[in-house]
Amino acid sequence: MDAVTIARWQFAIVTVYHFFFVPLTLGLSIFVAIIQTFYYKTGDEKYKKMTKFWGKLFLINFAIGVATGIVQEFQFGMNWSEYSRFMGDIFGAPLAIEALLAFFMESTFLGLWIFGWEKLPKKIHLASIWLVAIGSNLSAFWILVANSFMQQPVGYAIRNGRAEMTDFFAIVTNGHVLVQFPHVFFAGVSTAAFFVIGISAWHMMKKGKDLKLFQSSFKMGAVYGLVGVILVTLEGHAQAQYMTKIQPMKMAAAEALWDSENPASFSLFTIGDEKNREDVFAIKIPALLSFLSYNKFEGEVKGINDLQREYEKRYGPGDYVPPVAVSYWTFRGMVGAGTLMVLLALYAFWKVRKDDFNFHPTMLKIFFWSLFLPYIANSTGWIFTEMARQPWIVFGLMKTKDAVSNTVPAGNVLFSLITYAILYAILMVATVFLWKKYIKAGMTGETGTDENVETIISQA
Amino acid sequence: MDLNTIWFILIAVLFIGFFFLEGFDYGVGILLPFIGKDDTSRRKVINAIGPHWDGNEVWLLTAGGAIFAAFPHWYATMFSGFYLALVIMLLALIGRGVAFEYRSKHTTAKWRNGWDWVIFIGSFVPALLWGVAIANLIRGVPIDENMNYTGNFFTLLNPYGLLGGLASLTVFTLHGAIFLTLKLTGKELEIARAYARKLWPVATILLFAFVIYGYFETDMFSKLGVDPGAVPVIAALAILSVEWLLKSKKEGWAFVMTGLTIALSTITVFMGLYPRVMVSSLNPDWSLTIYNASSSPYTLKVMSFVALIFVPLVLLYQAWSYWVFRKRISEKKEDLEY
Repeated sequence: MDAVTIARWQFAIVTVYHFFFVPLTLGLSIFVAIIQTFYYKTGDEKYKKMTKFWGKLFLINFAIGVATGIVQEFQFGMNWSEYSRFMGDIFGAPLAIEALLAFFMESTFLGLWIFGWEKLPKKIHLASIWLVAIGSNLSAFWILVANSFMQQPVGYAIRNGRAEMTDFFAIVTNGHVLVQFPHVFFAGVSTAAFFVIGISAWHMMKKGKDLKLFQSSFKMGAVYGLVGVILVTLEGHAQAQYMTKIQPMKMAAAEALWDSENPASFSLFTIGDEKNREDVFAIKIPALLSFLSYNKFEGEVKGINDLQREYEKRYGPGDYVPPVAVSYWTFRGMVGAGTLMVLLALYAFWKVRKDDFNFHPTMLKIFFWSLFLPYIANSTGWIFTEMARQPWIVFGLMKTKDAVSNTVPAGNVLFSLITYAILYAILMVATVFLWKKYIKAGMTGETGTDENVETIISQA
Repeated sequence: MDLNTIWFILIAVLFIGFFFLEGFDYGVGILLPFIGKDDTSRRKVINAIGPHWDGNEVWLLTAGGAIFAAFPHWYATMFSGFYLALVIMLLALIGRGVAFEYRSKHTTAKWRNGWDWVIFIGSFVPALLWGVAIANLIRGVPIDENMNYTGNFFTLLNPYGLLGGLASLTVFTLHGAIFLTLKLTGKELEIARAYARKLWPVATILLFAFVIYGYFETDMFSKLGVDPGAVPVIAALAILSVEWLLKSKKEGWAFVMTGLTIALSTITVFMGLYPRVMVSSLNPDWSLTIYNASSSPYTLKVMSFVALIFVPLVLLYQAWSYWVFRKRISEKKEDLEY
């Protein structure tokens, strides 16, 4: 393997791993803040218990998200130094703003929240968790501003052999980030909602002494989840339509649409021959793709072959087709998981809207396992949007193969890839271990302190 | 003063904040297994920095982001050039960050002891490597005419770099020990005091050795002259005063003095560098400077506004969080959150 390939694997692994934890941080911080607001308003101890329980799981998640985030900020310079030179004038700014505006806020106020239960006035303590939630989501916004430039470069000029910023406001209000940020934000909400629903369902199955508290959590999760999945779907749809305009190749790859069609059919299932760019076997729904793209049952959707010819004319000779099978299946992974989440959230909401928690045990089991659905959607979604942009790292401006650090030997990258992977694997084991322990312990007593958990565990 | 210089100063300020704050953090982490003899005392040591360590670490992330935004070539050359050193540092920092959150969430001695050593290594390694990095920045590293680093990991491990590493390691540990004398009570307080007094001569000697060696290894002599001016002299006097301050139990002042030494030493390094950001040992003309490594004037201007608004705000609320947790750590349950 050459240095570029190893560097790409490393980027994929550390980023997908990092983003395993980020959406839960985004959504659960708000969820915890909402419950604590209930506690503040009503003074009802049940909300305090819920805040502490979900807060503890949040902290475990937050810690590993933050720790693995450091690599994210350093790796552009370490592994993609040519990219950093070419893009630094634009890409560095949102990263620096993210740190200054968001990282400081979330880390400082999280410290205040964890240690401030007894030391801060209630109102200020509540404000702290809200500031953590705002800080986390602001951080998502700024990194997506940076990513959106890679999807759709705006507000720049090519000068001095690099991309230079000419309009900061245009970069921050990039049409792409305006559809991408809400999509990611509500993905976070949905992830947290299914986390809450899943864990609550598990406790409802066990019928422990915290049953009421978990039913209550389940209900809140169902409402939160319904809002989340509906909006993430709508925003996802908006983003896909937007993408059809700015990166038609990405959407053609998502559909394995080899040749342009009008009206274009939507593929339910395709086994394709990527080399010869043809279908081996396919089930298609006529005109649906046109409808999804333009909200009407006609309109040409460009295929891979036509786009390849078009791009050759515009960018010179080369292969502009992304890995089609990966694009096709990751897109389906995301949409499929999302569809299941919509159905489950609707059903959950329908049942609990009048406090009916009488679920069939199998259904509770399904709800528990559905907690993994958002993780599938989040990971495949990012793999799709990044891989189906290939060969570009910055669309139309720079190719991935030109972006890698040319002074770092492949052996060094292999070393870091292996050591990161080993460390990350160990940390995953520890994280899952702690999650299991605290989930099982439930909310009884003051779950905020581990001493209580220990007594519960030893009783069990 | 041009924008490039303003950003050079701002990055110096971020590093001062980082070394001052994370300096005692690292020190506390390094001393953890030695001051904390049992679980309660270890938790007291950890909780001394519990609410703050994460915010302190953001100074590094902000400095990294600022270098990327203002001097992308500096970011690209340094981060790719110091690759393996940074990988080792990142592994240490990742482990350390997780360890703080995880160590007290399970009760077995094996679990807690294991994470405590992760905190130790995770603090020891970066405290050492930062000195190595800074020493090499001022000494010069092989950089070619295309701003590419042509050395390898071992190029950085020259005697001067290693001495710099030992100096930062011991000064940070001393800084951390003194910080603990302000936060602990009872027997742990006495142990921290004893460590501070034992560490002082070691840190002081290594720091002075590093400075003197610097006159031979770097162009600091020609840049700063025989009379280096007030900044490094006060840095030296500050650390010299620490012994007396510790002896007379004026630990608050001792902390101010190690902080001053760290801040002024960082300023001295940046003064020695200016207007360069990375010195090329191959050819002075190939050094990266605040001009040939910088972003466009437009980006620098935008970022200046951002910094002007948000840096004071951050300082304000971080200072407030230190104010909230200004009391010494007791053995009450609420103090042992971690």
